[in-house]
Amino acid sequence: MDLFFFVVFAVVAIGGGVSVVLQTHPISSALSLVAVMGSLAVLYLLLGAEFIAMAQVIVYAGAIMVLFLFVIMLLNSGGETKPGRSAMVKVLGVPVLAGFVAIIAYVFSLSFNDTLAVHFGGFSDGSARSIGRAIFGAYLLPFEVTSVLILVAILGAVVLARKELD
Amino acid sequence: MEFYVISLVKIAVVFAGFMTVLAYLQWVERKVIAHVQVRVGPNRVGPHGLLQPMADIIKLVTKEGFLPSHVHKFFYLLAPFIAVSMALVSISIIPFGSEIKVFGYTTWMQLTDLNVGILFVLAISSLGVYGIALAGWSSNNKYSLLGGLRSSAQMISYELPLSLAITAPLLIAGTLSLREIVQSQGGYNFGFLPRWSVFAGPFPQVFSFIIFVIAGFAETNRVPFDLPEAENELVAGFHTEYSSMQFASFFMAEYANMVTITCITTILFLGGWQPLFPASLGSNYLPPLLLFFVGALLLFNGLNPRRRKDRFSLPVFAVVFFLLGILFLVPAVKPILVPFFWFAAKVGFLLFTFIWIRGTLPRFRYDQLMSFAWKFLFPAALINLLITGLLVALTAK
Amino acid sequence: MFQGGGVPLSWYLILSAILFSLGVAGFLFRKNIITVFMSIELMLNAVNLSFVAFSYKLQQVNGHIFAFFVMVVAAAEAAVGLAIILTVYKNRSSLDIDDVSEMKN
Repeated sequence: MDLFFFVVFAVVAIGGGVSVVLQTHPISSALSLVAVMGSLAVLYLLLGAEFIAMAQVIVYAGAIMVLFLFVIMLLNSGGETKPGRSAMVKVLGVPVLAGFVAIIAYVFSLSFNDTLAVHFGGFSDGSARSIGRAIFGAYLLPFEVTSVLILVAILGAVVLARKELD
Repeated sequence: MEFYVISLVKIAVVFAGFMTVLAYLQWVERKVIAHVQVRVGPNRVGPHGLLQPMADIIKLVTKEGFLPSHVHKFFYLLAPFIAVSMALVSISIIPFGSEIKVFGYTTWMQLTDLNVGILFVLAISSLGVYGIALAGWSSNNKYSLLGGLRSSAQMISYELPLSLAITAPLLIAGTLSLREIVQSQGGYNFGFLPRWSVFAGPFPQVFSFIIFVIAGFAETNRVPFDLPEAENELVAGFHTEYSSMQFASFFMAEYANMVTITCITTILFLGGWQPLFPASLGSNYLPPLLLFFVGALLLFNGLNPRRRKDRFSLPVFAVVFFLLGILFLVPAVKPILVPFFWFAAKVGFLLFTFIWIRGTLPRFRYDQLMSFAWKFLFPAALINLLITGLLVALTAK
Repeated sequence: MFQGGGVPLSWYLILSAILFSLGVAGFLFRKNIITVFMSIELMLNAVNLSFVAFSYKLQQVNGHIFAFFVMVVAAAEAAVGLAIILTVYKNRSSLDIDDVSEMKN
């Protein structure tokens, strides 16, 4: 069952990723990215990371991508027109990428070839309780620093998007 | 193997029940608002208009579904699909009762239980925003776009006080799983006061309850927060270019969201399926007593009817209620029906409040609505969380 | 093969590499600013997947914490980045990255 779910959602994730890169209209790219994030959330559940899976859907797919969607809808500039690309890109682009990925895949499968297989339920420490313990224990300083980071981001976004007072 | 069969049976039962509740919730809303406005409401189709939802379903299904030529076809068809599926998925983790034994199989009255159940509900409601935003944008109509964007902005703004209001009772319950939240609200203080979150622990969660209900109104686009939808009556809203089944999908999604929010309110604050007073004081006999009382009332009104048609319909309803009351006394089905009755009573009371407020209050202007969320409700929820956290930490063992 | 067993860990890492390289491809070859930004988010997601996969391998929760912080930083970056994109659009009325560069050639 694990293999079946992994294959299905990995195919959806890769299909979504290809669609993000290849679609002309930004809204189609945005929705494909939401599909990628959803399938990654399922893969996190298979890896035992239940809190991270839910945080992925709530924060990434439910807030950040909605922000992207708002900006695209407000700007409403339509799809991208395809200009001519250089011949080298068109001919060599996909094969080089595929070769790169094949080399990485080969290296990974050689170096991580121990008998560790990911079973659903093999990692029980992904609950909110253990994440809370780690965040408020060992990682307290980074947590407080990220709250300052978010404050800075809010201030920056408000200042940038403000109308100029003449 | 038997796990799958039991799950399929549970899914069928819950789905059938949920669809019926959605259809008749619309009837209840129309009748209650009608009586609030001193008129009668639907009463022609079937006795007291009880077959009105059937007539509406037939009308919506047989209406001509057209696809306007200027819309973005894929997103136009995808948007109601997203809205409805996200609204219906949340029913899968709601616990309707405790553990029951049916034909020798032990199971819980809940489709499934997640460790992070309450986060799942938040995640699904965040994804429901996409249906509305896409509907507004794909209709290629500036009024729909504005209505869709306003509605989505309202929904994501009110998700913040909603989430903060949820965390305070979670601090008291100590778990994220919905089943365990309800179980932690069992038992009685002083022998008769139930340990529901609104009465419980170091800090009774009254403020969280109020903030959650207000944010719930805004999340489901109900009055007094329904300006993006009421533009429908003025100019247009996000579902202006939709017809027949797709419009019905948005409608159904709104009612399903309403039922989901009231179920979550009941589970978090009002103790889910826990009864109001202990079984030793007779709480198992309250449901059949209530049903017998309603049946007697209907019989009395049926025997001295104000209209000639009521002479037939009201005694029939009285007999139905008496039979239901007798069903609650059968010991084989009592452990199934009594917790479900308490859950349904609390959810029904909250739904009646939603409908009552719709008939009573005027709606907010959009800027009032947004500043209420950001400038009042969000700080209030934050302060409530701080106080709850402080009291829980001080009284922790 | 569908019963028992599990999924080898290297498959998760290969998936992460594929998504990352798709993100890089989108970042280098697309002309719409928003699509470039979305490719950056795709890269961040791929990295999150490998953090969580390694957290499974080492049986520690630290990988989840890293992934959590990456999500927080991505949210902050998305907010500021989209505000910048709105300002660029207001000034130049175009979302094409070639129109934004003012340097000669």
